[in-house]
Amino acid sequence: MRRWALSSALLVAAVAAWQGIASLPGVDNLTLASPVETARALDHDSSLLLSNAWTTLEEVLLGLAMAVALGLAAAVVMHLFRPLRDAAYPLLIASQAIPIPVAAVLFVLAFDYGIGPKIAIVALICFFPVTVNVVDGLRSVDEQLLKLMRSMGASRAATLWKVELPSSLPRLFSGLRVAATVSVIGAVFGEWAGADRGLGRLVLLGINQLQTPRVYAGIVILMIMSLLMFGSVSLIQRLVAPWSRA
Amino acid sequence: MATRLEAPAEEPRSVEEEAVRLEEVTRRYPRRRGGPVVALEGFDLSVRAGEVVAVVGPSGCGKSTLLELVAGLQDPDAGRVVVGKGGSAAERRTASAFMPQHDLLLPWRDAIGNAALALECAGVQRGEARRRAAPLFERFGLGRFERARPSELSGGMRQRVAFLRTLLVGRPVLLLDEPFGALDSITRGSMQDWLADALAAEPRTVLLVTHDVDEALVLADRVAVLSPRPAHVRTELVVDLPRPRRRRELVTEPAFAELKARAMEVLEA
Repeated sequence: MRRWALSSALLVAAVAAWQGIASLPGVDNLTLASPVETARALDHDSSLLLSNAWTTLEEVLLGLAMAVALGLAAAVVMHLFRPLRDAAYPLLIASQAIPIPVAAVLFVLAFDYGIGPKIAIVALICFFPVTVNVVDGLRSVDEQLLKLMRSMGASRAATLWKVELPSSLPRLFSGLRVAATVSVIGAVFGEWAGADRGLGRLVLLGINQLQTPRVYAGIVILMIMSLLMFGSVSLIQRLVAPWSRA
Repeated sequence: MATRLEAPAEEPRSVEEEAVRLEEVTRRYPRRRGGPVVALEGFDLSVRAGEVVAVVGPSGCGKSTLLELVAGLQDPDAGRVVVGKGGSAAERRTASAFMPQHDLLLPWRDAIGNAALALECAGVQRGEARRRAAPLFERFGLGRFERARPSELSGGMRQRVAFLRTLLVGRPVLLLDEPFGALDSITRGSMQDWLADALAAEPRTVLLVTHDVDEALVLADRVAVLSPRPAHVRTELVVDLPRPRRRRELVTEPAFAELKARAMEVLEA
């Protein structure tokens, strides 16, 4: 309850500051739309914004799903073959240095304007936090517990399935929370590189057409999307692994 | 329905038959700097089938190493470790069930699911494993707690579940590594009585490691007192106290006090 009150107060303060700055004389309303103008755009363009938001959400969810599938598989393979883990870790880190906007352009050039390159970009961003967290989770299982499994005659597969994977669920969800939050940015970059719909494209178009309030409205929706993604991950964690968080 | 625990195997055994034997065992751990740490050296000990032997020693003397050697989780650098008929690590693993100091219950499984894990590791399907574990819960008075999560159980209850899991592994030799070491002293006392009863109901060959002399005397037929590292058996005491034993009653017995004094004397020498 208190947390909500505090969050609301902070939000109100931020919006007030935003309105205050936007109302200052000499502030160009082509670069800064006020909260009031943004709200008006949200209302006026709601169907346009929402239909584009769906496209972006689709890209985000598919990209995230792909990142989880690939990340889990990569983490398990890396965990089972230790030399591979040590060899692949630097590559994994290096993959984070790929400039996402550049990769997005290359992906669109290589493939097409469809949803494929966007999913790939989202997956590229989300793969790292998922994989690294699951690898670390698999590795940090109590040594004594592994000895116990060995003494009970458990096969490697049984230990992985019954102990190591469930043990790393909390880490998977930590990675997912990070991934879910940044996935939205990935989708936007993917759309900037070339798309015919989506919130990212709408925002870019808004900038070019000097429709500043619509740009801000798009950003607000992207923020809400990030929050919802984060909240959904926490909710799923509470359902799937209620033991993992107080 | 009868509880199927498939142990102890091949009864009846002669009293003289040895279930566990360590001969001249040495175990060293290499260190990055300096010489190796010698955990055990020239270590001899045997446990007859059906016997409960407690090993007491100063902390850090190599007691856990001893159990892991018997459990087939480690190999000796010299000497021989035999459990049942087999001397290889794999044979030792399949002849013994190991109970670590911490309960290591899986937080995502309920109590019976945790105990049933032992059967699942032997290839039993999950549902069938739970079904087979249930009578044991009834018998040891844990029926009400079958579906409780570990986080809902007290330390003593968790340790009982861990012990049932150890029984369900279905091996003739139980290896208990300070099973109550993480509990407060009051709980520990009642757990010792409970374990004594449990072993009376489900007789097994037991090798118990502890730093608590009282615990050793309450539970064991024989107590091996170890030296500091590198550990070897300094003396063996036969605990000829009548059973069933109750810790509360036992501590006032002169015979108990005398055994304890002798054990302490050797430990502190």
